Amino acid sequence: MTYLAGEGMSGGYGGVDILHQCSIGVDKGEVAVVVGPNGAGKSTAMKAVFGMLELRQGRVTMDGQDISHLKPEQRVQLGMGFVPQSANVFTSMTVEENLEMGAFIRRDDISDTLSGVYELFPVLREKRRQLAGELSGGQRQQVAVGRALMTQPKVLMLDEPTAGVSPMVMDELFDRIIEIARTGIAILMVEQNARQALSIADRGYVLVQGRNRYTDTGAALLANIEVRKAFLGG
Amino acid sequence: MLIDLLNALALIGNFVLVPGIAYGSQLALGALGVTMVYAVLRFSNFAHGETMSFGAMVTILVTWVLQARGFGLGPLPTALLALPIGMIVTIGLCLGTDRLVYRYYREKKAVPVTYLIVSVGVLFFLSGLIRFIIGPKDQVFADGQRFIMKARAFKEMTGLDQGLAIKTSQGITVITAVMIVALLFWFLNRTRTGKSMRAYSDNEDLALLSGINPERVVMITWIITGALAAIAGTLYGLDKGYKPFTYLGLVLPIFASAIVGGVGNPLGAIAGGFVIAFSELLVTFAYKRVVGYLTPGDWVPDGLVQLLSTDYKLAVSFFILVIVLLIKPTGIFSGKTL
Repeated sequence: MTYLAGEGMSGGYGGVDILHQCSIGVDKGEVAVVVGPNGAGKSTAMKAVFGMLELRQGRVTMDGQDISHLKPEQRVQLGMGFVPQSANVFTSMTVEENLEMGAFIRRDDISDTLSGVYELFPVLREKRRQLAGELSGGQRQQVAVGRALMTQPKVLMLDEPTAGVSPMVMDELFDRIIEIARTGIAILMVEQNARQALSIADRGYVLVQGRNRYTDTGAALLANIEVRKAFLGG
Repeated sequence: MLIDLLNALALIGNFVLVPGIAYGSQLALGALGVTMVYAVLRFSNFAHGETMSFGAMVTILVTWVLQARGFGLGPLPTALLALPIGMIVTIGLCLGTDRLVYRYYREKKAVPVTYLIVSVGVLFFLSGLIRFIIGPKDQVFADGQRFIMKARAFKEMTGLDQGLAIKTSQGITVITAVMIVALLFWFLNRTRTGKSMRAYSDNEDLALLSGINPERVVMITWIITGALAAIAGTLYGLDKGYKPFTYLGLVLPIFASAIVGGVGNPLGAIAGGFVIAFSELLVTFAYKRVVGYLTPGDWVPDGLVQLLSTDYKLAVSFFILVIVLLIKPTGIFSGKTL
């Protein structure tokens, strides 16, 4: 049984369905990547798993428990961390305050987690007194991921973490994401840079128009001629 | 020559500097309340002037009870003893209006302009309520020693012709304002709850993702706003006398202060308060005697050398407000978040 799974999800905003019987999921310590053309419902599928979308059909389970009826805040309490694509840091607060706010629901000592995040992203330790709004795009993404890690989540969901960052920073971020997965956290992410993302993926989902088109390991999808032709530019 | 210069300075000190610092502090405290509501609840609370009036009214009622029973603070006004109760009741009022009025619109996700009109409704309700309870007339509640420094004492001390008086209410206003502002900044920047308010004000969705409870943030905002309103209203009443209708007129300079400084930014609210207070006083001050001291005798004109009659002092706030909105709508400190 997959640790976190959205099964047969259908639903959308307003009357029209965006997702049709869509299923995605991830196990602990794995990286799962959702790719697909623009408008395929990638972000929507992830939002559905996180509870930001009303499902008409299907369900979301975590650790075998049905969590379909829970609000996003409640899912955070259960151990889901979510990094939105945009507006994902508190721009008027310092880096350290951002991380502290990430740990808001925790009542215990957060200093170990904090130094863990600083070890993962050393540049944040240097800039911890600086306002997050003054950082570069890549550094901001690190703050955003760090903020989500502060709750000590069991699942980390990333909506296009490499949007708007340079290729070098992107490689760096992917390396960090693999590192995070190695600590036993399940990682579910949506990516625009399909080729690079699939190369680090244990599971890959190719969505087209809200439906699952291909589902396999990342390596297998990269090797699949049809997938390469249609979605990876040959 | 030097004596003339010192006399001119004492004159300006007495009629502009000292009253300006006191009035600026009162405006700053009022503007802080407006800015807190704007930063967290995202609307312009026009009822804030009446909330200040309400706080002052409760404080006055409690002061009368204390005075009748013979409690007092010696040289300090008894109102300081009554102020904590005024604050608590005003906080209750704010939480009550939120529960009965604003929460409904929050759940409906109303647009800011709806809130604004709703706050005007609350304004009218409060102003009626205040007139029901304490009446429309002026009320006297200041007691204790009136002056920290009397004009005559200053003259004797310095040998100048011009006196410099500092009222007890002015001294208390400034000291209280400094303490409250320090406390507020400490709360917003150092405590977990204060930081969560800043986070909510910065990015509501992300605050929700971080497990910050919006209803709690809203509640704390109203608690701070109510306390600030009661303090500002009471200090203003102590300094200028309590007249229920003046608090409606205060809304304009308070909003001007908040907007000039950058609405939503607490630092801006304080700076804006002083900008507005000193502009009002400098524009409406009669410079005739200052000119007399600084120029040879026969240069003094017949008029008062006053740019604008004090009757028009509200126009000063309005003018500054318009200029700021035209040139730098975000205000000095580019506000929006706490």
